[in-house]
Amino acid sequence: MINFSFDGKTYQAQQGDTLAAALLRNGIGLVGRSFKYHRPRGIMTAGVEEPNALVTIGDGGRTEPNTRATDVFVYEGLVAKSQNRWPNLSFDIGAVFGLAAPALSAGFYYKTFFGSAKRWMFYEYFIRKAAGLGNAPTKTDPDHFSQRAAFCDVLVVGAGPAGLSAALEAAEAGKRVILVEQDNILGASLIRDGQDLDGAWVEATQARIRAAGGRILTRTTASGYWEHDLVTLTQRIAEPGQIPLHGVAQRLWHVRAGQVILATGSIERPMAFAHNDRPGVMLSQAVRTYVRRFGVVPGKRVVIATNNDDAYKTAYALKAAGAEIVAVLDARPAPAGADSGLPVYNNAVPLSTKGARHCLKSVTALVYGLTKSWDADLIAVSGGFTPVVHLHMQAGGTLDWNDAAQAFVPATSRQNVTTIGGAANPEPVFNVVPVSKPKKSFIDFQNDVTLSDVDLAWAEGYRSVEHLKRYTTLGMATDQGKLSNMAALGRLAEKQGVAIPEAGLTTFRPPYTPVTMGLLAGAGAKDAGAHVRRLALYDVHAAKNPIWQPLGYWFRPRAYPVGSESLAQAAMREAKAVRSNVGMTDVSTLAKFEVSGPDAAAFLEIICATTVGKLAVGRGRYTFMLREDGFVFDDGTVWRLDENRYLLTSSTGGADRMATHISYVRQYLCPHLRVSAVNVQEHYAGIAVAGPQAKATLAALIGEEPPRHMSTVPAMIAGVPVIILAASYSGERAFEIYVEASHAGPVWAACEAEVSARGGALYGLEAMEFLRIEKGHLVVGGEVDGRMTPHDLALDKMLNKAGGYVGASGLSRPALSEAGRRQLVGLEAIEGDIPEGAMLITGEGASPHGHVSAAAFRILEGGSVALGQLTDGFARHGEELIATSPTRGQMARVRVVAPHFYDTAGERYRD
Amino acid sequence: MMQFTCPHCGPRDQAEFIYERTVDAVVSLDAAPEEAMKSLFTRNNPRGVDEEIWRHTYGCRAWMVIARNRVTNEISATRAVGPEALP
Repeated sequence: MINFSFDGKTYQAQQGDTLAAALLRNGIGLVGRSFKYHRPRGIMTAGVEEPNALVTIGDGGRTEPNTRATDVFVYEGLVAKSQNRWPNLSFDIGAVFGLAAPALSAGFYYKTFFGSAKRWMFYEYFIRKAAGLGNAPTKTDPDHFSQRAAFCDVLVVGAGPAGLSAALEAAEAGKRVILVEQDNILGASLIRDGQDLDGAWVEATQARIRAAGGRILTRTTASGYWEHDLVTLTQRIAEPGQIPLHGVAQRLWHVRAGQVILATGSIERPMAFAHNDRPGVMLSQAVRTYVRRFGVVPGKRVVIATNNDDAYKTAYALKAAGAEIVAVLDARPAPAGADSGLPVYNNAVPLSTKGARHCLKSVTALVYGLTKSWDADLIAVSGGFTPVVHLHMQAGGTLDWNDAAQAFVPATSRQNVTTIGGAANPEPVFNVVPVSKPKKSFIDFQNDVTLSDVDLAWAEGYRSVEHLKRYTTLGMATDQGKLSNMAALGRLAEKQGVAIPEAGLTTFRPPYTPVTMGLLAGAGAKDAGAHVRRLALYDVHAAKNPIWQPLGYWFRPRAYPVGSESLAQAAMREAKAVRSNVGMTDVSTLAKFEVSGPDAAAFLEIICATTVGKLAVGRGRYTFMLREDGFVFDDGTVWRLDENRYLLTSSTGGADRMATHISYVRQYLCPHLRVSAVNVQEHYAGIAVAGPQAKATLAALIGEEPPRHMSTVPAMIAGVPVIILAASYSGERAFEIYVEASHAGPVWAACEAEVSARGGALYGLEAMEFLRIEKGHLVVGGEVDGRMTPHDLALDKMLNKAGGYVGASGLSRPALSEAGRRQLVGLEAIEGDIPEGAMLITGEGASPHGHVSAAAFRILEGGSVALGQLTDGFARHGEELIATSPTRGQMARVRVVAPHFYDTAGERYRD
Repeated sequence: MMQFTCPHCGPRDQAEFIYERTVDAVVSLDAAPEEAMKSLFTRNNPRGVDEEIWRHTYGCRAWMVIARNRVTNEISATRAVGPEALP
């Protein structure tokens, strides 16, 4: 015996019970309340198609709402709760909605809640409380979800007689076989109807498949069929809410199959009649499953309603288990069922049921045009069989209409998939057109959609099945219309006066059954969603406890506060050290490419919009790159290290994009060039030393005269070979030292010792930002925002006049040289501090003429300055504007100036 | 998820590849401005086979041209590009 609880009360289940079987075993028929009307609902099916018996399983982070009681196997300590009821299941205030049912018909929300968004938000609060399914868990799931890939020659979905036979045949033919079954045991229909077969057949077949090397996965659902015969499998290792034995609750398989065989069987259809949604109305095969598989008899006095032969097996099973069959309502004319030995009524269809205390009391039927009633506590219904064609359709297949079975069956497919067994050959049935009152005749139990809702949608002009679905919500939610779609199609076709195939179908989309979100994330959840790139000198920085700043995948020191300094205080102290003495910073993250070969210069003149070929060995220059449409997308420096060897640097944030761009140009556009372009971003660590004392610092480090501005030399620091680039971003005389990343430690230590000895400081990104804004240097992602041409950024004088670079033809578009473009300007505050990101306006209420892309303070003199983009900005120097940020409630009066606030002549670079 | 056959590595999941553009959207370096704009902004979008440039980014990093039917996803041809693939 296994103990479990339902709504706080403890019950006993037997080994192998589903929660649904265990509830029925304990005489619990009422399991939930319906979505809209709060009608009492019980267990209708014995499989994943269950629309009614949705419960919340588990607690804390393992809570799983909307779990089908028919699709969870009871384990010791399972906790289940009913949903959508208050204060409790048998007395539910919301059931009053049921009384007001006509008011909640199809399109209710669209018609009722007109008006402003504010009013809707008011209504929504109550609607969300009243309508709906279970509540999403609020705590983090403590379990792990794993993912793995697999390959096989044959993937068989469904381990019924057809699937088992197919898997056996393939495995014994030497093929790699995977057989998946969503149940926890194999056999499918044989579990229910296997009494005619040798009971050991399933086990023997299973053993033979395994012996031939086949892999069998139970509790595993083929949930999606994707392109090129990729099928995703969701494997339950632990049951919902259960603590997994080895930490892993579920596994997602990506199976690439040579061939897929679908033996997915069929789902029995309900019939539409009034009050067909009560506890006590069940599908016929489900009843048989409970009787034969679980030994649970869900009723003592049973009415069978059918349009086919299969339901007679249910009658026999019930009879054998001691239940009384009070009537078999067979929709078919005589002599169907005549020799069954059962009380058969031909031409008989159910009209309605009556109930009391959430149990079934009686069934009324139309028999040869006359109404007749029986007292009964269970009605087992079989309205025919719907083949499970979901995977076939997800694979891009088509369907044929099988008139005898009144069902769609798989036809052609553009992937390597075949359907066998019951899914391909459903049993013949007799077509029954519903005659009951449409109002309480439910067709979609999960969404509370009745025949009258379909009629209403039709009357209001919804003709397409896709519109019908969206208007009535039919076929949505966790069961995705597994029971309801065919009934709705039948009704729609009847209204249209066409055959069902002409009425059309909605799209079958993955997943087949609901999938836990964590399973899709797998190991990529939480912090593992994006990787972290660490600087080679990470430990050196971390020891100084800096404020870190994320920059793409990188984390870089933003500032190194001393004592109780704030970020702003620390950054300003660091910036002042650079302006007045010397500072050093880690610039390792800059993109770096080594370009070499006889055509290196030619290649660089394609990537860069500036000239490169005229650069002397040992010299470097500023450069920028264009997109094909002519806009600047990155900038950096290019250095000629040797006759045919160059180093190109570009922005950190654009590094991966630049690497792809360079590769594309080299491999696709210029395969004929004799050049090699290697990404050396992480090969080198970089240290920048900047300030009036930088030259002296460097001289002490390398023991020789440092290179002049925009020159490069190889050197040695602390016994390690380095490349020195004399380049400045800060506006001071500065050097970038590049060293093989694995040897960066001693070089950094030597630099730091020398900088400290001179009273200098380390500086972080914040100080670097202050320095470059004051100097008027661009940043990619700030001023270079993908909308600025070289002209807009005043870089056009540097363009390679010979053209030939990427973006040259795009740049020649007339629109890019018309008046009215945004242009780079400097902004000086007249009053107030300039808010970053502020709009630039001429007066209150005026539309913006541009925006502030970066704002800072003059480092030594103080005063708020900024860089911005302004319409026709080059011609507006001297004009006064307002920089306003209404979202932050900040504004400043500014004057438009040239975008250089410091050493405009560049004298500080010269020795 | 589709499966491509990388000319260097063999069959691999689409997840290892990054799409670049269709061949008709390539802007050649000597393209006239109108031609460049046409390639960038008024591309073909055939209901049928199109030639697409993909990169085996999370594999060998090589570029290739894949002829894919945009309705059925059938891959009819794959060819390597780059200096090694020059005739």
